Amino acid sequence: MTSAPTTEPGLTTSPPQTPGEAPGRVAPRPRRVVPLWGWLVAVVVIWWVASRIGDGRAVLYLPGQETTDFQDRFTDLKADLIAGRDTNVLMQVVGAVSDAFNGVVEQLQGLVSTPDLPRPVPQIGWLGVLGIAGWVSLAIAGWRHALGTMASLAAVGLLGYWVDGMDTLIITFFSVAVSLALGLPLAVWMGTSRRVNAVVTPVLDVLQTFPAFVYLAPMALFFSLGPAIAVAVTVLYALPPVVRISAHALRSVSETTIEATTSLGQTGWQRLIKVQLPMARPSIIVGVNQTMMAALSISVIAGFVNGPGLGKPVLRALTAGSNQVGVAFIAGASIVFIAIMLDRVTTAASERSELVARGGGGNRRTHRIVLAVAGAAALVSVYVSRTYFSFAEFPDTEVGPKVAEAVQSATDWTTSHFSGLTTGVQETVTTVFINPLQDLVAGSPWFVTGLALIVLSQLLAGWRGALSSLACLTGIYVTDLWYDAMVTLTSVLVATLFVMVVAVVLGVWMARRRLVDRLLRPLLDAAQVMPSFVYLIPVLALFGPGRFTAIVAAFIYAVPVATKLVADGVRQVSETTVEAATAAGSTPWQLITKVQLPMARGNLVLAANQGLLFVLAMVVIGGLVGGGALGYDSVLGFSRGEFFGKGVSAGIAIVLLGIMVDRVARGAAERDRSAPGLLARLRTRTPAHHLS
Amino acid sequence: MSESSPALQVDGLWKIFGQRADKVIGTPDALLSRADLKAKNGCVTAVKDVSFDVAPGEVFVVMGLSGSGKSTLVRCLTRLIEPTAGQITIDGEDVTKASESQLRELRRHKVSMVFQHFGLLPHRQVIDNVAYGLEVRGVKKAQRRQQAGDLVDLVGLTGYDESYPDQLSGGMQQRVGLARALANDPAILLFDEPFSALDPLIRRDMQNEVVRLQAELKKTMVFVTHDLQEALKLGDRILIMRDGEIVQIGRPAEVVARPVDDYVRDFVSDVPRSHVLTLEYVMRAPTPEDSREGPVMSMDTIVRQAAQAALASAHPVQVVSDGKLVGIVDDDAILRVVVAEESVPTAPTKQAV
Ligand SMILES: Nc1ncnc2c1ncn2[C@@H]1O[C@H](COP(=O)(O)OP(=O)(O)OP(=O)(O)O)[C@@H](O)[C@H]1O
Ligand SMILES: [Mg+2]
Repeated sequence: MTSAPTTEPGLTTSPPQTPGEAPGRVAPRPRRVVPLWGWLVAVVVIWWVASRIGDGRAVLYLPGQETTDFQDRFTDLKADLIAGRDTNVLMQVVGAVSDAFNGVVEQLQGLVSTPDLPRPVPQIGWLGVLGIAGWVSLAIAGWRHALGTMASLAAVGLLGYWVDGMDTLIITFFSVAVSLALGLPLAVWMGTSRRVNAVVTPVLDVLQTFPAFVYLAPMALFFSLGPAIAVAVTVLYALPPVVRISAHALRSVSETTIEATTSLGQTGWQRLIKVQLPMARPSIIVGVNQTMMAALSISVIAGFVNGPGLGKPVLRALTAGSNQVGVAFIAGASIVFIAIMLDRVTTAASERSELVARGGGGNRRTHRIVLAVAGAAALVSVYVSRTYFSFAEFPDTEVGPKVAEAVQSATDWTTSHFSGLTTGVQETVTTVFINPLQDLVAGSPWFVTGLALIVLSQLLAGWRGALSSLACLTGIYVTDLWYDAMVTLTSVLVATLFVMVVAVVLGVWMARRRLVDRLLRPLLDAAQVMPSFVYLIPVLALFGPGRFTAIVAAFIYAVPVATKLVADGVRQVSETTVEAATAAGSTPWQLITKVQLPMARGNLVLAANQGLLFVLAMVVIGGLVGGGALGYDSVLGFSRGEFFGKGVSAGIAIVLLGIMVDRVARGAAERDRSAPGLLARLRTRTPAHHLS
Repeated sequence: MSESSPALQVDGLWKIFGQRADKVIGTPDALLSRADLKAKNGCVTAVKDVSFDVAPGEVFVVMGLSGSGKSTLVRCLTRLIEPTAGQITIDGEDVTKASESQLRELRRHKVSMVFQHFGLLPHRQVIDNVAYGLEVRGVKKAQRRQQAGDLVDLVGLTGYDESYPDQLSGGMQQRVGLARALANDPAILLFDEPFSALDPLIRRDMQNEVVRLQAELKKTMVFVTHDLQEALKLGDRILIMRDGEIVQIGRPAEVVARPVDDYVRDFVSDVPRSHVLTLEYVMRAPTPEDSREGPVMSMDTIVRQAAQAALASAHPVQVVSDGKLVGIVDDDAILRVVVAEESVPTAPTKQAV
């Protein structure tokens, strides 16, 4: 056993003392002659000087409408793949999968969303859908949630997005079904075989650092645009949470229980079916919930690749500019309704199924009777919706346009009255933070920036961090999108900086005041359920299209997760330590800065890591609203065939940026050795609140 | 001791944890101390060349400090941990050579185990926990529930059939564990520190429960504990382990009276001797001058029980075995044990079996 290393110098309230060292203890690391921050400042200063000398040369800028050989190779590859559609085995497999997906989606659309020819309307009209959805919610989650579900769906219809809403649900549910069909067996395999677990876990790790957006491009290489690619992308993105959580749950079934039941002579199969799966069930349901929310979130983004659903109207409105904010708002609101509905119902269902499994949950007979009656009502509603046209097609109401109009005028009013304020904020942040940093990062010669980033990685995360940064930067160089990547990196760094400042302030506040925690936490939880897309809308309304909007949206998107991490970290600092420090006469400020924050440093680094990844995901989506750089390149790749290769290259660059940022933050976290286990726990992106 | 064939026979059992552990057996490395071997190639010798027999109906207690290899030893018996070397014979069958399915049969019918941390299934009612062993061997639901119900009653949990484990206290949970082990009607029961997670009063209840069940059901038991009181209370014989090796095997009184070394002596130093020692260990050889009027007692009478009669009489106690006088116990020999808690007064007169 090695004895626990002593605290990092600089963390403790008093400097570490060497004399009187207890025998056998590892001596504390010698204090660095120059502290870490000194090195960091030195590197930045040298970097800045070099960038002045470089004066805008060798920045590897590639104009938006130009492509390079490397990028064109993907465009050609796609052309080749399409040309070889009938001969290439891979393409045939993809084609078959694609046809199957399209077929299922079409069937489901005929069932609930689009006219099922020769019928002028779908098989089941809106009333029938309400009836069935309500009944299912009643059965799995209780009557309150049944009402909530019906209200949410009706709201979507009233806003005028019934068909798109149905499509979104179709893509989401179908993708979740496929994810579970693939993911659960894989999870079982991982849960029962150490080796498989060791192989698959790092793959999932990497997959989960990718922003949702980058799944689109490689898929578009094989699939043609439409429902199939939306499903494929959604499945790929939604798979990791359920696999990871279920496998973890299976692996963490109590060793004693397994041993005890094995001692009674069970077979391996009996162990899985009778012991491991039932004991892991609650966590598996949490995994399903996360998978569903992830699926919803990306099925909206799949509007980019012409996936059916609410993504498309949002996208259209967003790209149409600021006079469409009202429309974007009501489409976004529909997404929010659906997100909340799915989250609430699946969460309630998991809680309730626990209750029922334990023989609770009220009188079963009564429950059965209620279900039967409600089922009959649902059937009647289906019948009615098949018989009367006005119950089949959601009636056009004025609600949607009116709300849109109201929001639009409110927005216009705000922007005209507060434009001074918003422009002020925008200009200040741009001139004080964004521009200087961009001059430094993107405006230096590429080799200077590259070297500086590698050195910084070494300082923060050690040699392994430096090595992975070297590899990632090399990759980015190869994609010929160096300048754009550096601009994106700038946005990411600025947004993350603000995220961390706000997260620390709010997090400390939450940790120190129960009331604040009670008020803020539900908000943060709800915010984490939202698909990233919807965050763009209000920000766009306030600041108009541009790089700044992307940064602000990213900031808003990342704040909840980071804040919760900080709050949990500070809260974890042991009562005794806090008491001891208070007894020693610390002021609250000293308590925070000298005890609570340093001791929560592991969580702070984690918050930064998560913040970076969330921000990156959003900054990229911001390409849509004039965020420029890599995001713009990706969007361009989808919208114009000749830029496909550039879009793919941008996707690669984004992935590399993500890996680089993640490795450095993670390396720093591991060096900190405060909370390494937390990282694994956090690799579940969407609503993290279920895990805490 | 009667000469029926042993219920359980362990011969030259080894368990070494670590990679390439099987390469260690038979080399001089195997004889290294645990710390030395670990330093040398990272392997840990948890059980080191252990041999013993357990007679049918005997309660055989395994004791030792934490880390001495008790749990490993008892798990090796049904190969919940795969032994590295050695032979284990249960009911004439060589367990170490059994196939997977033979092993399952053994676990389903002949040997059951009770665990320190219960290992109950939280998602099942008490009755279905108890019935689990029957379920995995394919007994029909109605029948296994009926059988399990009887066992729930037997361990004193009547009325709790439909509770879930987390609705029960620790002691009750362990009763479920006990009932589950009994449900297979095994000939041999293994216990790994079954009561050490319970508080003292409940622990005493549970020990009494085992004594009662033992009297009622006559199972063979291997009982791991680190509580000497428990060992003395339950054990017919006690095996004391240190660093994976046997230090001493003997009847409780023997272990207390004649510890083979300081490790054992330390172990037994807190025991109230009068509660454990039998007259065998305090008597002296009879001489012709001794009075023959005193009370007559058998050799395995416990000192404390003998004390009152012995002190009431003016004459020394005559100790008999098989109707023959084998020793004399004077009042002061008894007083030394009861009052002064001194160790064995005189040199042994006869070697214990
Ligand atoms: N799976 C394992 N891998 C490696 N070493 C192990 C393993 N299991 C046990 N050991 C080692 O074997 C030795 C014996 O452990 P064991 O659990 O049998 O002791 P014990 O006597 O039951 O102790 P306790 O009273 O604490 O339960 C210990 O040194 C332990 O570290
Ligand atoms: Mg043990």
